[in-house]
Amino acid sequence: MSNTLNLTLKVWRQDGPNGAGRFESYEANGIADDASFLEMLDVVNERLIEDGQEPITFESDCREGICGTCGIMINGKAHGPQKGTATCQLHMRKFSDGDNITIEPWRAESFPILKDLAVDRSALDHIIEAGGYITVNTGGAPDANLIPVPKEAADMAFDAAACIGCGACVAACPNSAAQLFTSAKLQHMNLLPQGQPERWDRAENMVETMEMFFGSCTNHGECHEACPKEISLDFIAFLNRDYVKAKIKNRKLLGQN
Amino acid sequence: MAQTIRQASGGPEGPIRERKKPLPYPLSLYQTAVGKKYVMALTGVGLLGFVVVHMIGNLHVYEGPAKMAEYAETLRTLGGGLVPRETVLWILRAGLIAMFGLHIHSAYTLKEMSRLSSPSAGFVAGNKKYAGGQEFIAANFASRTMRWTGPIIALYLVFHLADLTWGWVNPDFHHGDPHNNVIESLSNPGIAAIYVVANVALAIHIYHGAWSMFQSLGINNPKINQGRRHLAMGLAGLILVGNLSFPLLTATGVINDDDRECPPGDLVCLEEELLEKEGGHSE
Repeated sequence: MSNTLNLTLKVWRQDGPNGAGRFESYEANGIADDASFLEMLDVVNERLIEDGQEPITFESDCREGICGTCGIMINGKAHGPQKGTATCQLHMRKFSDGDNITIEPWRAESFPILKDLAVDRSALDHIIEAGGYITVNTGGAPDANLIPVPKEAADMAFDAAACIGCGACVAACPNSAAQLFTSAKLQHMNLLPQGQPERWDRAENMVETMEMFFGSCTNHGECHEACPKEISLDFIAFLNRDYVKAKIKNRKLLGQN
Repeated sequence: MAQTIRQASGGPEGPIRERKKPLPYPLSLYQTAVGKKYVMALTGVGLLGFVVVHMIGNLHVYEGPAKMAEYAETLRTLGGGLVPRETVLWILRAGLIAMFGLHIHSAYTLKEMSRLSSPSAGFVAGNKKYAGGQEFIAANFASRTMRWTGPIIALYLVFHLADLTWGWVNPDFHHGDPHNNVIESLSNPGIAAIYVVANVALAIHIYHGAWSMFQSLGINNPKINQGRRHLAMGLAGLILVGNLSFPLLTATGVINDDDRECPPGDLVCLEEELLEKEGGHSE
């Protein structure tokens, strides 16, 4: 048996990218405490539609915490109060009856609001386009374990690769810096043998593309706290190291890339 | 990974700034935020070194006017007879001025970059604002006030030079007699309060800066990561205790002029006093 909650929501509503935006209050009564946060919003939206009102626009996809589509500021915290949890995996049992919940979209100059709680995160895609890949000849699948990888490197690369690209790090950062995202995407390649041929180009291009869109890191550590995958700040130090090494290396000579 | 399909209805614009055409290395490093953070961290190391040495040197004030004057004279004659008087001191000062300049310039430009990347960010703090408020978890008081403590320290620095180097705001200033100047200045409660506030700001600045510089320089190793925070706390504490001892102990009369034998500014007398004392020790 689950308990039900009566909540008051204060939701950011914005008609479109150029709209002014405002907070509106909604009563969310009779919400089951085993509902997820997004299911709670679904219930509110159904009631809004029944009343002939415009439903609240928010993004979601897999709803199991691995796609990175959902993401909103809940009571001033990216992805809400539970550490290491995406909004879709946050459950209403983390709230109490009678709570006021403030819901806002991610805010950063390069995350323009599309509508209500949905923002355009394609700036993150541009960082990936700048080097978040390896270039290999495709063909038959290589044999497993053909390329030896040290265990520590494999573990670290896997931790970095856990990034789902939701943008919570940018949203939580007081400077709107995308260092945590970029460093995770950079290091998950740079730590592995397959990533070595393009390592220095990748570091240079991804960091410089990131700086076209986002602010500068001041090492607050808010991004790590907000991250649903708990990506470590250590990767930001690796990014700084690899970037400056990439700049120092003399890569003008052919074959020294 | 999440992807947002661009909408036809007015969508997002392109990047908010262009990638700069690279200057020759190493200037190209300073064109980027990560490179600027390197410069900020390296100049921070240098300035931190200066602050620590300056604090330790100032402990001579506890040894009385003659020793304090000797310390000041030693700084001016660094390098001994090899170079003209004050040459080494001016080389060090030039380095300090350059480090201050770069530290402030990199901080200002990075702050502007963050401000332009963040909606409704304030001019000084540069931190963005959520309409419903944002709750900070990891960011501490020190890290969020770097952009306030920095300017406070810069303003204090100008005052400090005007007070104890140039003597403009110190009515009883005597060049070459720092012990007298320090007491004349710090025995005024208003001026002592300025020193207290500025050095608290300095300690707060160091608390975040001394930790942050490791991240900026990419010095990250599980063996030392815990030590980085401890080092920052230790340095901030050392500077706080050392530098606050001067105004506070002057106010409480521990540092005083009672044993002074020479009139203020009489350097010949101070030198003789020193020789007398050292002669006394050797006997």
